[in-house]
Amino acid sequence: MMAYIIRRILYAIPILVGVNVLTFLLFFVINSPDDMARMHLGMKRVTPEAVENWKRERGYDQPLLVNQSASGTGKLTETIFFQKSLKLFQFDFGTSDSGRDIGYDISQRMWPSLAIAIPVLLIGLLVNITYALLIAFFRATYIDFWSVVLCVVMMSISGLFYIIGGQYLVSKLLHLVPISGYDTGISAIKFLVLPVIIGVIGGIGSGTRWYRTLFLEEINKDYVRTARAKGLSETVVLFRHVLKNAMIPILTGVVVVLPLLFMGSLITESFFGIPGLGSYTIDAISSQDFAIVRAMVFLGSALYILGLILTDISYTLVDPRVRLS
Amino acid sequence: MQERSSKRWYLLLLTAGLLLLNGCREGAWNNPYPLSESEQNIIYSSFSERPKHLDPVRAYSSNEYAFIAQIYDPPLQYHFLKRPYLLEPLAATAVPEARYFDEQGNLLPMDAEPEQIAISEYEINIRPGMGYQPHPALAADQQGGYIYHHLGQADIEELNTLGDFTETGTREVVAEDYVYQIKRLAFPALHSPIAGLMGEYIVGLDDFGKLLDRQYEQLKTETGEDKPYLDLRQFDMEGVYAVDKYRYRIRLHGKYPQFVYWLAMPFFAPMPWEADAFYSQPGMEARNLSLDWYPIGSGPFMLSENNPNLRMVLERNPHFHGEAYPSEGDPGDRELGLLDDAGKPMPFIDKAIYSLEKETIPYWNKFLQGYYDTSGVSSDSFDQAVQFSDRGELGLTEAMQAKGIELMTDVTTSVYYMGFNMADPVVGGDSESARLLRQAISIAMDFEEYISIFNNGRGIAAQSPLPPGIFGNRPGEAGINQQVYDMVNGTPRRKGIDYARQLMKQAGYADGRDAKTGKSLILYYDTTASGPDDKARLNWIRKQFAKLGIQLVIRATDYNRFQEKTRKGTAQIFMWGWNADYPDPENFLFLLYGPNGKLEHGGENAVNYSNAEFDQLFVQMKNMENNSQRQQIIDRMITILQHDAPWVWGFHPKAFSLFHSWYKNVKPNLMANNTLKYKRVDTALREQQRQAWNPPVVWPIVIIGLLLVLTVIPAVVLYRRHERSAAR
Repeated sequence: MMAYIIRRILYAIPILVGVNVLTFLLFFVINSPDDMARMHLGMKRVTPEAVENWKRERGYDQPLLVNQSASGTGKLTETIFFQKSLKLFQFDFGTSDSGRDIGYDISQRMWPSLAIAIPVLLIGLLVNITYALLIAFFRATYIDFWSVVLCVVMMSISGLFYIIGGQYLVSKLLHLVPISGYDTGISAIKFLVLPVIIGVIGGIGSGTRWYRTLFLEEINKDYVRTARAKGLSETVVLFRHVLKNAMIPILTGVVVVLPLLFMGSLITESFFGIPGLGSYTIDAISSQDFAIVRAMVFLGSALYILGLILTDISYTLVDPRVRLS
Repeated sequence: MQERSSKRWYLLLLTAGLLLLNGCREGAWNNPYPLSESEQNIIYSSFSERPKHLDPVRAYSSNEYAFIAQIYDPPLQYHFLKRPYLLEPLAATAVPEARYFDEQGNLLPMDAEPEQIAISEYEINIRPGMGYQPHPALAADQQGGYIYHHLGQADIEELNTLGDFTETGTREVVAEDYVYQIKRLAFPALHSPIAGLMGEYIVGLDDFGKLLDRQYEQLKTETGEDKPYLDLRQFDMEGVYAVDKYRYRIRLHGKYPQFVYWLAMPFFAPMPWEADAFYSQPGMEARNLSLDWYPIGSGPFMLSENNPNLRMVLERNPHFHGEAYPSEGDPGDRELGLLDDAGKPMPFIDKAIYSLEKETIPYWNKFLQGYYDTSGVSSDSFDQAVQFSDRGELGLTEAMQAKGIELMTDVTTSVYYMGFNMADPVVGGDSESARLLRQAISIAMDFEEYISIFNNGRGIAAQSPLPPGIFGNRPGEAGINQQVYDMVNGTPRRKGIDYARQLMKQAGYADGRDAKTGKSLILYYDTTASGPDDKARLNWIRKQFAKLGIQLVIRATDYNRFQEKTRKGTAQIFMWGWNADYPDPENFLFLLYGPNGKLEHGGENAVNYSNAEFDQLFVQMKNMENNSQRQQIIDRMITILQHDAPWVWGFHPKAFSLFHSWYKNVKPNLMANNTLKYKRVDTALREQQRQAWNPPVVWPIVIIGLLLVLTVIPAVVLYRRHERSAAR
């Protein structure tokens, strides 16, 4: 298995290089180093000299990908791309274009993102699986029918509607929790209740339908029939046998998103004023801070690859028939 | 067994009930602030994005000034109540008056002709006894040595915020600190946005900048550091020097009366050299410890918490020199209660908490709940907040009045205009045909309608670049743009579209067709507006041009490309705006001064307008005091502009501000940024209103719970039936 993991990690390197090149190209197609300088220096009374100084200080005065004026390897190394990308592979994110330590910012901002993402994931799993099992139990009854209708309706509603509607109902009309904001420590709880509830409710439609499909697929298999024939109650059949065997696809879906929980949610964080990594990325895009955009895309890609590797490993844990080779 | 289970449920319910009651007793549940702050003397506000720069040498935008103007004390400030805007001393003992010298260094009389004046000299006396806020850069040991000026790499790596330093210190503000800050303006490595402008005026500033650049490069080579500490005190600038501990002089080339306005901006606030010595230590910036992050000022407040991901907190500076609330104001201010605090020491509040609020909807709702003290009026909430009476008068809606919310409006010292690129072969240039075309478009662009539809009536149509309240702007009939308006029964009325079509015909574009080619006239409008929300606005603009038979092609682009087009002179027609730096006509008319053309000189004249007479009058006007002669020159300049029509004059937006009844001393002041110290809050009233407006409503949750239970019952019944049924 170790050889497999090493091989997967080695495969990740060209993928990350590719992602990095793509991010670089997409960013600089839209923003030139001049644009970045003007954005950072402000709109009023910016002189061409100030723009040149800014670029020189931050290393944006070099060619983007190929330096024709350099010789030898300098053609590739004396470029913005090379200078700005090399350290990423050591997970040294450097400083943002405005001079902030990106690594420190990430370490600070991942906790608020996790404070929402983890409860939403765990409570969401519990609710969705329970509801899906309930529907599976009452399959082909009016409960099944109306539950599916409800799930489709809930899936069809925009996430933004849940957020604005939730803020309006729970905070504005009922005055139960603050509309937005964040705090540290135990005081954060009152700010997290609403985004977590909204996150869970917003995911019920799609989550429940997905799990229901998995359970219904399992429920018609021979081992379930055998379990029933042994005289086990339907509850035991569902929870002890069906749930356990449906765990592989559930695990696939869950493990792959685990590392990405760090990345936060763009809209939720923005509307609730939560200082997570989602809003960090959005702010960086709007302020044309390439250093942060590049770091966040790189981190996201690396975490996604990590998620896929973890998923493969978890397969072997839940299903002894699976061997990584 | 069942009995024990029931008891457990009762206990659980009892506990939940007690918790609920406890929650009710402790105040509103939706209060985003800690209960301990309820009765504290705090103002609550917000910010939507992190201020990029808090270093006064670089900060220039309004969201940055919202903070640093409370922290730094420049020599002058604007009077809080008096209008027109009036400068008064802040850190200085008096508003300095210039002394003029000729080429030979002879003192000239105050009314000397500008051509005679080679040097203007301002001597600024500062108040003795002003102190800096407590700051680790000033922390000294018993021998007077600075504790934190020689930190090791290991020490710095353990630091993340300024609060990690256990010791702080202070010292008196001296004239050398003001001189030091002006030297910082010249230092190219600090990228001051006004370095170029000030280089034109302050004697020796440009050369000083070049000297620092050379020295800095040399120092970098010697030390091998990216950003070593360069002690600016060791170099002298010809035009700026301290005379004694509390007095310094600034010498300018020629006459520049607007210079005193710059002395009211944080660019000219004092900076202790210790701040640069402290923050320049290797590794500090990488830990986010810099002047851009943690200011060090002598003003009424200091930034005690800077977490722009969450909140920024200003607290009283314990070493503030003290200042009294103004005892005089405009007529009517006393009746409005604006002089109730006359003579009382400021600031009135202990703290101001600014929370990160990216979206307008949560902000607005929190304002209505009493958790923010003031609010602007966004388009989303306009109808909820403001209504027009049958007579067209503006007022608050009943819902706002019931909450005791008050409304304050004022025309801003800004202008939004539609510009014609004067370098364009069709709409630009000095030909009669192009001029008539621009005049026709100026008439067709009905900005009164624009303001009504897209700005909810918040603005007034502009007659020239000068907003009301700026010297040179003539109110009433005298100020009306005769090219666009007729006076009918004492009120200006936009000329009819037939007249505009007549102008088009004279221009050679009858019915929107080029008389020479017979083809339709196609013009191009460059804009950054491309979202669905902008569609109506763009269609409206297209319709205005269509009135003249002109086909308008919208070229939507991102802001970077838009800027590039204006820099390269390839944009044809566009909309842009300007906010005043200071209340002087020069700060608006320079936007049309030829040598400021963006295409050739990279200046702020985005339309590249150039008119020899206008340019000559501008040079004459800019150095004059506000008097009737200056007014006459401005009148002539505006007549030229209205005739040439390089801009469709657009509009001056109106700022709408809402505030709660507990928020005192509110008067719009569009020039002053340091107004936090004047504000007072009635905390008891605020707390009482918050409690009254935010009672927790629990019954819908109970009903939802009951409904859920009710929906589960059939499921339970089905389950039991299923479990009891025989196998099939």
